[in-house]
Amino acid sequence: MKLSLTVNGVAHDLEVADNALLVDVLRVNLALTGTHVGCDTSQCGACTVHLDGRAIKSCTILAGQAVGAQVTTIEGIGRAEDLHPMQRAFRQHHALQCGFCTPGMIMASIDLVTNSDGLDRQAVRAGLEGNLCRCTGYHNIVDAVLAGAADMKGVDHG
Amino acid sequence: MAEAVQSAIGASVLRKEDRRFITGQGRYTDDINEPGQLYAVFLRSPHARARIDTIDISEAVAAKGVVAVLTGKDMAADGLGDLPCGWLVKQKDGTDMASAPHPPLAHSIVNYAGEPYGVVIGDSVEAARRGAELVVTEFLELDPVVDPARATSSEDIHDGVVGNLAYEWVLGDQQATDAALASAAHVTRLDLTNNRLIPNAMEPRAALGIYHKGSGEHVLYTTSQNPHLERLVLSAFVKVAPEHKLRVIAPDVGGGFGSKIAVYPEETTVMWAARRLARPVKWTAERSESFLTDAHGRDHITQAELGLDENGRFVALKVSTTANLGAYLSLFGSSVPTYLYGTLLAGQYKTPNIFVQVHGVYTNTTPVDAYRGAGRPEATYVVERIVETAARELGRDPAELRRLNMIQPADFPYETPVALVYDTGDYEASLNKALELIDYAGFPDRRAAAARRGKRRGIGFACYIEACGLAPSKLAIQLGAGVGLYESGEIRIDPTGTATVFTGSHSHGQGHETTFAQVVAERFGIGIDDVEVVHGDTGRVEFGLGTYGSRSLAVGGSALMKAADKIIAKGTRIAAHMLETDPGNVDFADGRFNVRDSNQSMSFGEVAFAAYVPANYPEDLEPGLSETAFYDPGNFTYPAGTHIAEVEVDEETGVVQVVDFVAVDDFGVVINPMIVHGQVHGGVAQGLGQALLEHGIYDDFGQLQTGSYMDYCMPRADDLPDFRVATTVTPCTHNPLGVKGCGEAGAIGSPAAVMNAVTDAIGVNDISMPATPEKLWRALQQRNG
Repeated sequence: MKLSLTVNGVAHDLEVADNALLVDVLRVNLALTGTHVGCDTSQCGACTVHLDGRAIKSCTILAGQAVGAQVTTIEGIGRAEDLHPMQRAFRQHHALQCGFCTPGMIMASIDLVTNSDGLDRQAVRAGLEGNLCRCTGYHNIVDAVLAGAADMKGVDHG
Repeated sequence: MAEAVQSAIGASVLRKEDRRFITGQGRYTDDINEPGQLYAVFLRSPHARARIDTIDISEAVAAKGVVAVLTGKDMAADGLGDLPCGWLVKQKDGTDMASAPHPPLAHSIVNYAGEPYGVVIGDSVEAARRGAELVVTEFLELDPVVDPARATSSEDIHDGVVGNLAYEWVLGDQQATDAALASAAHVTRLDLTNNRLIPNAMEPRAALGIYHKGSGEHVLYTTSQNPHLERLVLSAFVKVAPEHKLRVIAPDVGGGFGSKIAVYPEETTVMWAARRLARPVKWTAERSESFLTDAHGRDHITQAELGLDENGRFVALKVSTTANLGAYLSLFGSSVPTYLYGTLLAGQYKTPNIFVQVHGVYTNTTPVDAYRGAGRPEATYVVERIVETAARELGRDPAELRRLNMIQPADFPYETPVALVYDTGDYEASLNKALELIDYAGFPDRRAAAARRGKRRGIGFACYIEACGLAPSKLAIQLGAGVGLYESGEIRIDPTGTATVFTGSHSHGQGHETTFAQVVAERFGIGIDDVEVVHGDTGRVEFGLGTYGSRSLAVGGSALMKAADKIIAKGTRIAAHMLETDPGNVDFADGRFNVRDSNQSMSFGEVAFAAYVPANYPEDLEPGLSETAFYDPGNFTYPAGTHIAEVEVDEETGVVQVVDFVAVDDFGVVINPMIVHGQVHGGVAQGLGQALLEHGIYDDFGQLQTGSYMDYCMPRADDLPDFRVATTVTPCTHNPLGVKGCGEAGAIGSPAAVMNAVTDAIGVNDISMPATPEKLWRALQQRNG
């Protein structure tokens, strides 16, 4: 099928299979390989992206379902010289090791912070239970999300 | 930013590699694509044990998009060899272990569910998958051997392996141990299981094989912790390609934890198929395949006896273990329950008599190999559970019973009865600091307060030791290792004074690009951003053994220090010549070559430039400033520490909460505390996963029951507590950095600490890992009658 997808603010006209998953279109057709695939049961969250600002697992929807929406991936939230506060916080707090879960974890964290009030450590842990990390033990991720949350209040990165 | 200034050893420098990972610019194997690439989908056995009768590929090869269907018979016909086991364990009677052949693709018999016996290559993953569904294979099912406890009395899986026994291995003095136990004032006995774990690095394994027909060069991108070892095995044993025509690249790798040490059938097949078809071939595991085929970890059944004298001093420890090795001996599968396990049974204690015997058995399950800690968590679990149990039986304080038996600083070097020589340590220092951090004195109040809330609170200790940086090569090879255990390091100084550093160790989350840059930058007095660390590519790095066993900094970092010394020595000669003095009068400090007792000096950069533009230059010296060194350690390093867990068990539901966890570790000199603490966090998380959540389970037919994240309980953020970590320092005595290694400690100490706390909480000692709510609820019901 032919479809038009808006990813990181850029419209793309694509020809994909009817059953193409959003994650595969991002990775294969658009070469946005920052979005990762860590499982085959929608459990790990490595593929988390934003659809109209809300975190979704991009392995769980068809590309066709994203037509007309704004898709944002890890490549679309900040650049090396102008990082999103959550990206900065993850580095500052050593909230990543191998980096594989990190894009999904950051995208989920931004959504969590944007859509929650008064986050504390337990609420961050509960809010991220859909994203698996095997390296960090989550301790530093919790630190980073709270620091990123404080920073995001002052800076609007859209 | 301040980070660039504060780069010295001991500073928590932010990681260089993070810049690409947080922006989605990491480059993992599955992110790499080649023009014209094909996709591999493997044919896998649905049975745990079966004879392959017929394989009908006629429909599959005719299907749209299918390029080839290759089977184990095709591979054998092409002359490819078996996947080797890299450590030959000698048995009790002096004979070699029984090692069954492990063809990369099975051709006559399949021995575990998920074992590959063929591959379908298509022009898309979907085409290959559809093709795989069209292959019709007739199997003759055989009775599988699943339970390791009954393996030796079951039908033989492999021809020539009698009773499915790969080896009976012993270490220590059996007679002396038996005698000491017989005359001990008290003997504590304990039966334990160490649950099977599935490593689950978040990046599934993947491989992309490329064959350049014109040059004959083979390039294999793959998820490996040790690309040179991969190349060696694929060349020398499997004979996929000659070593000089095979380049193995492990780019960014998303976690390993031991599971990416082994050389697997899939990357072997992909490289072979790429040459056969003269097209790039790619394979990326689905998570289901990872569960079925990544080497699993642990899986021990153990009986142990600890003898104590009337004062509470340990007089003997006797341990008998059955280790499940799975269907084949994986690359280092044989060494994990022997040399990395039995040798660690002295722990931190002066137990004078120790004897261990291990039966390594084959079963029709996925091969078992190294998983974070690899043998050492299993040893620590035995020692620390039985010591805690002894303290309870004798009514002794568990911390004080440990203290009474600890090896003291004055005892080093300390030779254990199980073949190791500990070089240094201060075990009481870690214990004391941990007791202080947890507020041991306040525990009775916390327990009483918990009881008022309907919770049973318990405290548990583990005082662990580990041996890292497996060494020296000569000894390891005498004991059966098939490779040396040194590491290489190369430093190329550019004419402008920046440095490119090549290490044979591999980073897949450990932060080497930062830590290694720190030590090199400090040595030369240059900025950390002036140092580029290169790893993971046999085409760029001279040689290397990779990363496992917490060896990278202790062995790989030491190699770099040796190379750096050579750079400084050569630079000293250049500077002396140009400053018209004797090299003996030149000292290098803070990035400058200084003439002693004079104000004359040259900067590191000036000397580097002179080395490449040798206008005024020593006549007998080669131009250039690039040096290589190999470092072979003189001994293991011995990190050690104390972990203390406090848990609360809900009386009504059996749910366990880890309410406090303290880890105090002695890793020797710490280069980057931020990274070291992160390593401890991750290790502890995996240890808590083992103790409370994770269990790889097979049914009686050899089918994996825990083959997805819906069945295998990976620790999630809300399953884990915050961790409190601290360090004590006794520098390693025999490497130039004084470092010991920190990668595995968290996973080594924590399972025993948590299980000691859980069993303390509920007053029932016989609880196996994982301590699920159901097990604890049943134990509480039984106890309360």
